[in-house]
Amino acid sequence: MVSNAIKIKGLGFKRGSKTILEDINIEVPEGSMVAIMGPSGVGKTTLLQLISGQLMPNAGTIEVYGQCVSTMRHRALYKFRSNLGVLLQNGALFTDLSVYENVAIPLREHADLPEVLIRRLVLSKLHSVGLRRAVGLMPSELSGGMARRVALARAVVLDPKLVLYDEPLTGLDPITVSTLIRLMRDTNDALNMTSLIVTHDVDEMQKLADYCYIMAGSRIVGEGTPEELLRDENESVKQFVNGLVDGPVPFHYEATELHEDYLGQG
Amino acid sequence: MQAVISFMEPLFVAPIRRFGRGFLFLIRLLVRIRCSYRQISAVLTQIHSIGTRSLLLIMVSGFFVGMVLSLQGYRELAQFGATDAVGAILGLSLFRELGPVLTALLFAGRAGTSITAEIGLMKATDQLMAMDLMAIDPLTRVVLPRFMAGVLSLPVLTAVFNMMGLIGGSFYAVNIMGVDSGIFWGNMQAHIDLHADFMVGVYKSVMFGLLVSLTAVYTGFYAVPTGSGVGRATTQTVVVSAVLMLVFDFIMTSLIK
Repeated sequence: MVSNAIKIKGLGFKRGSKTILEDINIEVPEGSMVAIMGPSGVGKTTLLQLISGQLMPNAGTIEVYGQCVSTMRHRALYKFRSNLGVLLQNGALFTDLSVYENVAIPLREHADLPEVLIRRLVLSKLHSVGLRRAVGLMPSELSGGMARRVALARAVVLDPKLVLYDEPLTGLDPITVSTLIRLMRDTNDALNMTSLIVTHDVDEMQKLADYCYIMAGSRIVGEGTPEELLRDENESVKQFVNGLVDGPVPFHYEATELHEDYLGQG
Repeated sequence: MQAVISFMEPLFVAPIRRFGRGFLFLIRLLVRIRCSYRQISAVLTQIHSIGTRSLLLIMVSGFFVGMVLSLQGYRELAQFGATDAVGAILGLSLFRELGPVLTALLFAGRAGTSITAEIGLMKATDQLMAMDLMAIDPLTRVVLPRFMAGVLSLPVLTAVFNMMGLIGGSFYAVNIMGVDSGIFWGNMQAHIDLHADFMVGVYKSVMFGLLVSLTAVYTGFYAVPTGSGVGRATTQTVVVSAVLMLVFDFIMTSLIK
């Protein structure tokens, strides 16, 4: 039986009085690639921040490999994060360090290795994302897709057990998207990792994810394999998966009645 | 009562709260100091980046401030036939007040702003968050080396400023106005006390280094992560460190006898 890498039970999170997440239940089996999908602003990135321990939940528990993230103290949290790879939406490469130094930095911090070995590891990771020749470039000299690939190499350079991807495919051209999807899948399988991907890209997740959760209105409204979700009868799931304008997911941000804004309360 | 509290809040409570937060931030930095090769190397890199690159500005400014002091002092003293005392006045003004204060002001404008902008931009582009997610402490890796470099650089830069001020002052008084070189330097030596005058300047430069560097890293680290937020933080660094410095200058001058 495959055990769970991530187990989220009854998770709730509020910002002030606004409820961002409510009663979220997610299980991510070890070795799988699970996608959290949903429209923009639904709280997907907040969920990643909760899983990585950047935010504390108001309710429920988050267990990663049996450890409760929300009760970890600073030192334990850093120990947990050293086994975690995170690919942020913009790559977040260190702009004053070269590509080589960017990928080498987790090794220098967490592994006591001689420089020769660090160089070999960095070059092999960069080779796996097709950027071995870019080793001496600065982040400002990279295209968006190249920067994302360097960030991927950096995220997996320590061979983490779990990788979190925050909108990894947003704003990239189709060739780079296909390349990144292949890289993410290959890396996950080759290193026996677990991947959690936050995205709103339905078509690409059909190819990549083993299992998907769909969020709408602060909650999980649907889950299943990509094929199952295509046949799901839930209105919110149908609207999101098929990209429909009309449906329960509103286009307008919560607002007062239109006439109140234009004509005043009186 | 509510009205009084809301009136007092921005005037007194908010600055006191910020002062307290700044102090706690300083403690968080100090407990992270280690005598490791990596940390020393990071501090040296930052000393080169923010200290050495401020050197030219400090040297040129010091030279001209010295010349102006000599010029003003010479004109006034000439009315009483006491131009021989110009060396003593130049030394006293530089060592006690102008050296530490002007160097710190220039340092806040040249290096403090660049520290704030650099840290603020790293925050705005999620680099600090990425570091934190990689279990690399941004305070240890990014903030502390810049803070330490500022604290260590400013006293040295003040010494350079003073030296250039003396060279500039003596150039005007001795080479242009014809004051005797021996009298110029002799008077300075006779009237300046090592502890009462020279060391006061050293203490001040250490305190100003701490204030400017702490203000710069604090405002950068807590900058609102947007373009205008980083811009505002950069301005704040200059304004806050200048005001703090002048307040502490008064306190130190009145306390140290």
